[in-house]
Amino acid sequence: RDNNYNIKLQRSSFMCMLQRQQFSLPSIFIYGHTSSGKTYVMQTLLTTLQLPHVFVNCVEYFTSRLLLEEILIQLQSYSSDTEQASPVHCDTFNDFVRLFKQAVASRELQDQTLYIVLDRAEQLREMEANILPAFLRLQELTDRNVTVVLLSEIVWELFRPNVGCFEPFTMYFPDYSIGHLQKILSQNHPPEYSADFYSAYINILLGVFYMVCRDLKELRHLAALNFSKYCEPVVRGEANERDTRKLWKNIEPHLKKAMQTVYLREISSSQWERLQHDGGEPGQLKGLSAHSHVELPYYSKFLLIAAYLASYNPVRTDKRFFLKHHGKIRKTNFMKKHEKTSNHLLGPKPFPLDRLLAILYSIVDNRVAPTANIFSQITSLVTLQLLSMVGQNDQLDGPRYKCTVSLDFIRAILFSLMWDFRGT
Amino acid sequence: SHLDLSGKCLQVFCKLRRKNRNSHEHYLNKQLLDNLLSFLSRSHSEFQEKTTEWTCKMKFREIPTAALVLGVNVTDHDLTFRGLSDVLQDSITPYIALLEAKDCPGIKNLMQKLMGQLMNCDIDVDTLEDEDCVQVSQNRIRCSMSSLISWYESVTKKTDSETPSKKRSSSSRHWKSPPVVVIFKDMESFTTKVLQDFIVISSQHILELPLVLIFGIATSPMIIHRLLPHSVSSLLCIELFQSISCKEHLSTIIDKLLLTSRFPFKLGEKVLQVLINIFLYHDFSVQNFIKGFQLCIVEHFYSQPLSVLCCQLVDVKKRVISLSHEQCENIRRLPSFRRYVEKQEAGKQIALLTNDTFLKEDTESLLKDLHVYHENYVSILRCLHVFTSSLPKYPLGKQIRELHCACLENRVWETEEYESSLQLARMLNKTDLVTMLQQCVEILTSSSGKQFDKTVEKLKEFLTQFQNLEAEASQERDVSVLSQKELQKKTDLYHLQKTLLELKESRRSKKLTKFEVLRFEVVDYMDSLVRKYLVPADDRTLHEIVYFNAANVLRGHLNAAPRTALHTALNNPHWYLKNQALKCDGGSISNKAPDICIVYKLHLECGRLINLVDWLEAFSTVVTAAEEPNAVAASSDQMDDIIQYPFSFLSTVSELELLGFIKPSKQKTDHVARLTWGGC
Repeated sequence: RDNNYNIKLQRSSFMCMLQRQQFSLPSIFIYGHTSSGKTYVMQTLLTTLQLPHVFVNCVEYFTSRLLLEEILIQLQSYSSDTEQASPVHCDTFNDFVRLFKQAVASRELQDQTLYIVLDRAEQLREMEANILPAFLRLQELTDRNVTVVLLSEIVWELFRPNVGCFEPFTMYFPDYSIGHLQKILSQNHPPEYSADFYSAYINILLGVFYMVCRDLKELRHLAALNFSKYCEPVVRGEANERDTRKLWKNIEPHLKKAMQTVYLREISSSQWERLQHDGGEPGQLKGLSAHSHVELPYYSKFLLIAAYLASYNPVRTDKRFFLKHHGKIRKTNFMKKHEKTSNHLLGPKPFPLDRLLAILYSIVDNRVAPTANIFSQITSLVTLQLLSMVGQNDQLDGPRYKCTVSLDFIRAILFSLMWDFRGT
Repeated sequence: SHLDLSGKCLQVFCKLRRKNRNSHEHYLNKQLLDNLLSFLSRSHSEFQEKTTEWTCKMKFREIPTAALVLGVNVTDHDLTFRGLSDVLQDSITPYIALLEAKDCPGIKNLMQKLMGQLMNCDIDVDTLEDEDCVQVSQNRIRCSMSSLISWYESVTKKTDSETPSKKRSSSSRHWKSPPVVVIFKDMESFTTKVLQDFIVISSQHILELPLVLIFGIATSPMIIHRLLPHSVSSLLCIELFQSISCKEHLSTIIDKLLLTSRFPFKLGEKVLQVLINIFLYHDFSVQNFIKGFQLCIVEHFYSQPLSVLCCQLVDVKKRVISLSHEQCENIRRLPSFRRYVEKQEAGKQIALLTNDTFLKEDTESLLKDLHVYHENYVSILRCLHVFTSSLPKYPLGKQIRELHCACLENRVWETEEYESSLQLARMLNKTDLVTMLQQCVEILTSSSGKQFDKTVEKLKEFLTQFQNLEAEASQERDVSVLSQKELQKKTDLYHLQKTLLELKESRRSKKLTKFEVLRFEVVDYMDSLVRKYLVPADDRTLHEIVYFNAANVLRGHLNAAPRTALHTALNNPHWYLKNQALKCDGGSISNKAPDICIVYKLHLECGRLINLVDWLEAFSTVVTAAEEPNAVAASSDQMDDIIQYPFSFLSTVSELELLGFIKPSKQKTDHVARLTWGGC
């Protein structure tokens, strides 16, 4: 579909590399930012040139066993014999090399270069330590005409194991410039409208979105979502296709709204489309972030407040804040120098359970019995990710917690308790 | 009789359970489920219908995702999800997987769990033809997306090619290619990595495998943005669904279970307060509330011998007749019955206390009275709630449960809150008053009690009077306009002042308008109803049979305080061991107590760090203290003691460590750190 510009840019180097007959490079490493056409280019090249290849996504085959077996299964499907492929079992790379030799030997492809493309190759780093180096010198290990192509979004330097390995041929796919994006996006215009009309629309779209998003896929998605709105004046007969200014006036605020809502997945694309269809205002639909209020049981609210206070106040100040007769504290010495920076900038600090309960007892009016319910509430706050446990200590050993909610969240809780934080 | 009793208990119990479940399915999340179903059916059909359209070709194929915000009452979620998957199974798809975070620490476990559940559900659908399925499960299935896809293809193809048979009917409810629904029960607990990987993988195969995700969210939908980066969340088409709040849920449950005369069993004020407090203060869990309620039933039927009589009205006669003499004596012992007897005349008193048959007759009528009382109580309570729930600041509470508690607690008309709400009710405007009266008429006519015919008539009379007022109001207005005109005519300052004063005077002394008079009448009538029908249950004779009032027992069961219990056990061993020798007064330490109690008591006197040597010395002092009187024996055994004490001491110290009171400290050698403070 796309006439890919990266092919054009790098056609010559590609053509040299993809040899049909001779032994070619043992491994090629291709990297570039999201949607710069790495996967697409590889796939189209291999299929159009009809080169024998295996294409595997490393995220999908998340263990080394799955990955190796998948490669072997795809190889089997290449073989011309119709006999049903027996289930493959391949646990180690050693097995893989053996089975790979068998699979290649059984076919007439021996003289052609076989390409193994590993997409999202950064996942390889999380598998066993031998997988990545072994893939890089697969040609050497199997003594067959095979090239491994690694596709990744990160640079080679982050791959290199500290013991060193075979260095692949690296290649960079640069990002598309705005001009490229414009040309690629304008290519598939809807059949009912002229290419110029659509290209003008893409121009406006890029004007709004280019600052925040350069992902081709996402841009194309957004273009498809909002195109009907762009056409509206034309359909209604209020403007003709050349009336760019009128069309721009119609679509620009709409796109800006789209940037704040549908682009961030605050509301879903289907909701957005329905909204467009009904002609409603986007303000009617509340996004995900609008529902930030969490309703909590009474004591959970206080527990959370106590946890917040414990996390952001130094221990020394507890006596002053929560005791009625705390005695005099000299102002000059009270705050140490490093404590003068806002505690909110430093983030939450861990505190022991006892301190949490002590603060809780001093901020709740009536007496709270230390019942099992209170303790289970603390645990459920942890499962709700409102508190987090620091260190996987034994429960008996005095667990330590951190409060992970923001000041706004606490403010909302305080507001719901009608208890002004600053007043007391 | 005991068997009969437990049987009865079970009967009530089952009835309640059935009721609960029904109410759950029918009232609560109906709206939510409907929305969700329409979303699910919409999500994939759109693409199937118009794949040729330009926009569909251009648009990125997102995974339809429902973010289901269920509230923090995690214990209730199970039931919701079970209901949800049942409904989905009935109407949309047989392929549903429920995933929990604790089962899915890695993507591998997630896939295993997912495939296990999906392939099992296949067996469930056609149990007759499980030959292939067994074969599949015998083979070691590669847990990858591709095997899942091939499974899905084979399954959908099978249902397509199937010849019309009896099985057809079950599968025809679903479409040709039903979506696969994956429910993440507790979104918050999943790790980012697992979710991201799963979403990335499944988005690559969305065309072959029509997947729909449901995120069960306890806190707020913001968690999605926190867990998933934009590159992943852009693969999803997220729509938000919100279940009703748990407080509303509780209100419906209370409405259906407590404020009805269908069940003979009732909760007393204190017990209800305990249950509601646990709900509001601690867990928000409706499930726990219902469990607490069930516990009340069991406890009541178990501990109250007269609970045999707690039954439907039709059974009362039979039960009363079959009462034994012992049970009759039990009735005579009831405090409410004794109060009742005291009020009777002398002859009847003797008959009640000596004649069993007479007592039985009287008991039957009393129980019937109690039943009627309850029927009336509920209706009038609802009427009163209509009034109080619309007053500013809600002096008697906004929810009907608050009003119910207030009425159960004591005579509501003697409270200040009631007085102030009457004051406020006397200031209501006409439209409000009329709608309230209409609501009351509705409530009373729909109630089962037949006593309210007169009341309804009276209320209707009020309504017609209000209507008549409207006609009269127009005339009155003419009069006031006249006086206004008079005012405008006189321009002289002195006269103006004079007339204004006169007007003011006349207004003050003016009789109340007809509307005001009527309003007073209405409020007074409501007041009389309240005084007549909303008598607290404690004042009724034989209330002990029907009302469960042991709040302390319930609190002990539901709101356990492990720390306090442990402290009591160690500080005051007599409490649990019931050994007279252990009884001690004040802070003194008896040497008869178990070693651990002595060590515990001594440790209470220490600071943050405890010196082990000092502790041991104190311990041996306490233990030897009492043996001093017979010093002869003590001196001879002294060598033994010195050797013996460290052993018992050290073992108790390690016991305390196990209980979590102390831990070894690295700050100082020979010291342990205290982990608890205060009394408990």
